[in-house]
Amino acid sequence: MSEISEKSHAEIDESITLHREMTGFQAAIRTQPFWVFLAILAIGVIMSFVSEPFLTDRNMFNITRNFAFFGIMALGMSAVICTAGIDLSVGSLMGLTGIVAGLVMQAGYGIVWGFLACMGTAAIVGIINGVLIAYLRMAPFVVTLGMLAMARSIAMVVSNNKMIYEFGPDQELFEWLGGESVFGIPNPVWVLIILTAVFWWVWRYSVWGRWVIAIGGNAQAAKLSGIPVERITVSVYVISALCAGLAAFLMVGWFGSVTNALGLTYELNVIAASVIGGANLMGGVVYAVGAPIGAGLMELIRNSLLLAGIDALWQQFFVGLFLILAVLLEQIRNRGRR
Amino acid sequence: MSLLELKAISKNFGAIQALQGVDLEVDIGEAVGLMGDNGAGKSTLMKIVAGNYPPTSGEIRIEGRQVEFAQPIDARENGIEIVYQDLALCDNLTAAANVFLGRELKKSLGPFRWLDHRAMFERSGQIFGELKSETRPRDVVRQMSGGQRQAVAIARTRLSEPKLVLMDEPTAAISVRQVAEVLALIRRLKEAGHAVILVSHRMPDVFAVCDRVVVLRRGRKVADKAIAATSPEEVTGLITGAIEHA
Repeated sequence: MSEISEKSHAEIDESITLHREMTGFQAAIRTQPFWVFLAILAIGVIMSFVSEPFLTDRNMFNITRNFAFFGIMALGMSAVICTAGIDLSVGSLMGLTGIVAGLVMQAGYGIVWGFLACMGTAAIVGIINGVLIAYLRMAPFVVTLGMLAMARSIAMVVSNNKMIYEFGPDQELFEWLGGESVFGIPNPVWVLIILTAVFWWVWRYSVWGRWVIAIGGNAQAAKLSGIPVERITVSVYVISALCAGLAAFLMVGWFGSVTNALGLTYELNVIAASVIGGANLMGGVVYAVGAPIGAGLMELIRNSLLLAGIDALWQQFFVGLFLILAVLLEQIRNRGRR
Repeated sequence: MSLLELKAISKNFGAIQALQGVDLEVDIGEAVGLMGDNGAGKSTLMKIVAGNYPPTSGEIRIEGRQVEFAQPIDARENGIEIVYQDLALCDNLTAAANVFLGRELKKSLGPFRWLDHRAMFERSGQIFGELKSETRPRDVVRQMSGGQRQAVAIARTRLSEPKLVLMDEPTAAISVRQVAEVLALIRRLKEAGHAVILVSHRMPDVFAVCDRVVVLRRGRKVADKAIAATSPEEVTGLITGAIEHA
């Protein structure tokens, strides 16, 4: 008798399990990036009616290229935010790494050396951030705020407050990388697409990604499970720094020049892009597609305001507004789920 | 030869003597209830067995072999798994991800390695099935009841086929119906040949699943009796000090 009832229980269980299994689409509509993506489409449709130049190739090219830099950085920022951390130093780090890359190439070294110097500098700064946060248990906010000031200052010192616009033997290649396109799509956008795919894989299939998400969920549990929490935390800040370095490298190529003001206040936009894309500041939530989608929404708003003839001075207002709205949306959705 | 043998374990924290000469033996397939009032030394003793800190004096033997634990991972390597009171689960991950946390199953192709989600879902589903728990591998822990969370925590210990499972107040914060679920899980662990030490305040739980009860009072062992040979009244008396020794 009991055997029979146990078996039928198991069957009921199984059928419930099957019903509870969600299709990919059902799972997707429960995520923030999906709703933000809908917002992007909606704004896009409205703008295409309101503004003649909106749908032109030229404008689309500009929009996508502009948001690519923020999207690349937001990918790294999302990893940091997933561990319940924050990296305020990315804007200053762009300035520092951009200047370092410029100086190395100005001195006559090739693009490979410029790139290595750029990424090496980023990695060092990321390691300093990470070690202070993970091993000395300092608050991420304080450490990276300090680094925001220090990295910018060092950028000023090493650049001697001068603009750099000569990039040595590989100047053409360098400017092509950041400023030109392949198959009609700007090169930084290609980089963003590839990196987004890589991060998508990482968050879904890599042990590192799983561990980062676990640390964001419950760092103590992760520690008790034998996960090297400190090492992983350092690696997350290094990833964020490397993304900032890469964005700087591409951006300098696009501009064709670099000053130590490169990336000034970008940390706000990058954090906003990550949060709008669904990263939760409490940690434990990350979407690879969230970074480009969040950055995309912000650039679209900026572009739309511009085309609608609204004063550019309003731009930061709307960045801030959408940041707050994104967090509000997240909270409302969480309440509905409980 | 016992599975776990503690000999004359003492622990001092400065001037405070938390444990004084405690002996304890646990056999294969046996569940021992460890009881005592707050501050009696239960958690100190458990932390010593779990490898959180070493005893001031005394010996730990596993299957007759003397061991020293410098950190929790040493205890785990010697076949001791711990279910923590606060459960130590990641709320944002699925049941299966929690079961395999820190020891994920991977597939590999050349230099590439990636998570084998399917194998982890299947294996953890199998463990939940063995534990006769209704927990589903793909459910996120955040949405689970206390009993289901407990099942996830216990499933974690099953992964490594441990010799001894230490459970710290597993029924402290859950509903009555879920308590029955957890007690059933403990019985399954026993049936599967694991030894269990159950630290608990709840008399009915200890009498329901344990074979033996050990009572600590002010850092000393005051009783070590077969469940059949004692009663809740006697144990209560031993815990409070109304009965001096048994």
